[in-house]
Amino acid sequence: MSTWAQLGYLAAAVCFILSLKGLSSPRTARVGNLLGATGAVLACVITFYEYDVDNLNAILIAVAVGTVAGVVGARMVKMTQMPQLVALFNGVGGGAAALVALLELVPLEGDPDPKLAALIAVGFTVFVGSVSFAGSMVTFAKLQELMTTRPVLFPALPVVFGVTLVAGVALAVDVVVNPLIWVGAVLSVVGLLFGVLLVLPVGGADVPIVISLLNALTGLAVAASGYVLENSLLLVGGTLVGASGTFLTRLMAQAMGRSLANILFGALRGGSTLGGGEVSDRPVKSAGPTDVAILLGYAQRVIIVPGYGLAVAQAQHTLRDLVDVLGSRGITVDYAIHPVAGRMPGHMNVLLAEAQVPYEQLKEMDSINGEFKQADVALVVGANDVVNPAAKSTPGAPIYGMPILNVDEAHRIVFMKRSMRPGFAGIENELLFDPKTTLLFGDARDSLSKLLSAVKSL
Amino acid sequence: MGSEIALLTIFVLSVFTGVEVISKVSSTLHTPLMSGANAIHGVILVGAIIVTGHADTLGELVFGLFAVLLATVNMVGGFVVTDRMLEMFKGRKKQEPAS
Repeated sequence: MSTWAQLGYLAAAVCFILSLKGLSSPRTARVGNLLGATGAVLACVITFYEYDVDNLNAILIAVAVGTVAGVVGARMVKMTQMPQLVALFNGVGGGAAALVALLELVPLEGDPDPKLAALIAVGFTVFVGSVSFAGSMVTFAKLQELMTTRPVLFPALPVVFGVTLVAGVALAVDVVVNPLIWVGAVLSVVGLLFGVLLVLPVGGADVPIVISLLNALTGLAVAASGYVLENSLLLVGGTLVGASGTFLTRLMAQAMGRSLANILFGALRGGSTLGGGEVSDRPVKSAGPTDVAILLGYAQRVIIVPGYGLAVAQAQHTLRDLVDVLGSRGITVDYAIHPVAGRMPGHMNVLLAEAQVPYEQLKEMDSINGEFKQADVALVVGANDVVNPAAKSTPGAPIYGMPILNVDEAHRIVFMKRSMRPGFAGIENELLFDPKTTLLFGDARDSLSKLLSAVKSL
Repeated sequence: MGSEIALLTIFVLSVFTGVEVISKVSSTLHTPLMSGANAIHGVILVGAIIVTGHADTLGELVFGLFAVLLATVNMVGGFVVTDRMLEMFKGRKKQEPAS
């Protein structure tokens, strides 16, 4: 490779580093992302010029089709569907890495003295890329609710899982010893199967962490294929994503008070990550929109806890209107955002940003938790597990140890819920039966618009 | 220094860089960060172009083009969707003086 091309790759790698750095802070995030895109375009242009590329027209057509598909997909998707789109994009990236690795195997097949490290990297990429592809597709299906969001388990699953993993490792070793393309193809099929089995037993609430993990895996697969091609940029880009993705996965798991092993294999071990999911028939106090409107309208301090139910009902715009009306009555209103509220960590911030909620009203858990004591009303909209005191008080509960919002310290609590069905973790919330709690049943958007007109007419 | 050791050095240093640059991320930005990182591994497009550019048989070409297609969707879609998320954060910032 010529020196200028190497320098160009270096510039692109620096763009990627600065991009991740920029994405870590709200002020620089957008510039950071654009910088990353610039680096990626630069890298492609250099590759076209520098490598002796045959089949140029066909490749350019494939790039054009991919660009159109990517832009249309990214532009059309609703903000609530963002997580599954990220899963999908991650999956196709993993698939591409696996295909590239299989094609790298072709010259190695005829090589009388192939490099051991390159063969290991190929075996790794084929397997991990396939796992990431299939795993992401199952994740997509779960988030899109094309299939159940509950863990899928069958009695033989641990055995099948173990056999598949052993077969995958054995075949990866076989690729290293006998670099044959058909062995690689079989390895990739086993990888696909393993990816499906890995994600099936994961419950809906844990899916975001799995996306993040698969994202990191794809990064590592890309890095490994960079090693085979002796391409420094693929190596740097892939490794950056692999390392930062692994770190991010850990941050997310910590926010949920769970270990990664527990999330992935909890259901496999039989110690289910779910509670009974039973609906209790204990008495609760429920009220209509008018009563809740009075409660809110004459409060001085209201804290809103938005959750996944708000996102599903697409009620964030109505909620924002309600907060505006309350604000015009001189009531101080804040949103308490749990780190894992919504379907991906930080998802709630994106959804509320879409509804143009002012930034200073969004409070992170650590800064708002001390303020619940002063709150007259805590309004919980479609959240459950993130306010469940069982996380503090019941050792052995599936969510025990997860940091929660201290809603139980507010003077009055209003839960807006669709039904008495427990949250994703499937455990009952004691708070629902607390004497200071009022329940408002119904679809979040429907209830909020009734509440809105009731507050307006106070 | 052999090229393999040089590549290994790059790998190890990149691991530390990757962790270091995001170590102070606020949970507000976890989703865009995941999405942005997702777009960056779309750089596998470079690898797809290289192997497809050397494809000798029709089979290799077909698989290679498919890899190019998938990698482009990953890269382009990833950056565009991340920008869309971040655009909203910016819109909100503009509103701050008004509210």
